[in-house]
Amino acid sequence: MAQRRMHDMGGLEAGPIDRREHEPTLVERRIDAMMMILRDKPHALWKTDENRRTIEGLPPELYDGGAYYQRWVESMRRLLVEKGVLSDAEIDARLAEVRARHRGAAGGGS
Amino acid sequence: MSGADGRGPQGLAHSHDHGHDRREHGHRHDHEAAAHGHSHPFQPDLQEPSQDWEFLEIALRELLIEKGVLSAREIAEKIDQWDRRTPQNGAEVIARAWVDPDYKARLLADGNAAVAELGYPFEGLELIAVENTPQRHHMVVCTLCSCYPRQLLGIPPLWYKSRAYRSRAVREPRAVLAEFGTVLPEDVEVRVLDSTADCRYLVIPMRPAGTEGLSEADLAALVTRDSMIGTAQARAPHPAPTA
Repeated sequence: MAQRRMHDMGGLEAGPIDRREHEPTLVERRIDAMMMILRDKPHALWKTDENRRTIEGLPPELYDGGAYYQRWVESMRRLLVEKGVLSDAEIDARLAEVRARHRGAAGGGS
Repeated sequence: MSGADGRGPQGLAHSHDHGHDRREHGHRHDHEAAAHGHSHPFQPDLQEPSQDWEFLEIALRELLIEKGVLSAREIAEKIDQWDRRTPQNGAEVIARAWVDPDYKARLLADGNAAVAELGYPFEGLELIAVENTPQRHHMVVCTLCSCYPRQLLGIPPLWYKSRAYRSRAVREPRAVLAEFGTVLPEDVEVRVLDSTADCRYLVIPMRPAGTEGLSEADLAALVTRDSMIGTAQARAPHPAPTA
C-alpha cells in the first residue's frame, strides 16, 4: 500500500483535542487577508489548490510543528517566488531588516 | 464523504452551554463596524510580533505594497470583511430554516441559492446543508486540510484545523463528540462529512425543545458555531419563557 502523505491524516490515532479558543491576531488576520486578495480576482495569482499543494510540500517539522498561519505565510512566500512576483533575495533582505528593526525596538524600548 | 458510524458510550445528552462556545451567541452587532461583536478575552489584539514567521508577514506585506501589488487599504478592507463574517451569519440561516419549512427545503436542496437569499453569497464552492434529526447526527471535518464554510461561519477555530480533530473525527466520532460534551444515545446514527476543496457542509442542528414562542432573532442566539459544525447541539433556551 502506498505510504500516506503527511497531510492525509484522517483515521489515524491521535491524542485529545485542544479545544481552547484563539482569536486570530492582527498578523494572522493580515496573512489570511493577503492570501485571499492575491488568490481572488483581479489578482488571481494562484488557486486554492496551489496553496494546498504548497502547504502539503512544506517541511514536515513546519507542517506539524508550526502554527497554522505560519504554514500560510510560508506558502505565500513560496507562491510569490514561484509566480515571479518577488525574489528570494529581496525577501531575505527585507526579512533581515524587519528582524533588526523589531529586535532593536524590543531591546531599546522603555 | 467518509461514512463513519461510530459506536460509543451511552449516556444522557446534556450537551448545551459549554464554555468554549459561549462567546459567539447572542451578539447582535451587525452595525457596529468597530467592534464586530468580537470579544478578545484570550489575548490582546495588538500583540507585538516576535516570531520569525510574523516578521515574514511584515516583510512580504511591505514588499507587496511598495511594488504596488497590494495596498494597505485593500488589506484593511479585507480584514474588515472577514471580521464581519461570524457564526452569527450561519445562525441567521439556521433560524430561518427552523421557522420556515419551505426555506429549509430550499436550503437542503440547494445550499448556495438558499444562503444567497439571505444575502450571503457562497460562490465558487458547493454548499451542502444537512439536517440533524433524533435518528441521525452529522458532524463536519476536513481531514486533508481545513476546508470550512468560512463565508457563513468565519475563520475556523484552531481545533478544527488540528491534527487530533482531523485524524480522530472519522475514526472515533463518538469519542470526539464526547470530548465536546456531546453524548448521543447509541441508537442515533452518526455521519461524519469530510469536506473538500470544492464542497463545504453546514449542519442544521435540531431546534431545541421549548422554543415554540421565540422570535427568529432569539432562535438565532441559540445556534452556536459548534452546533453548525456538528460537535454540539444548539443551546437550550433561557429559563422557560413565561406566557
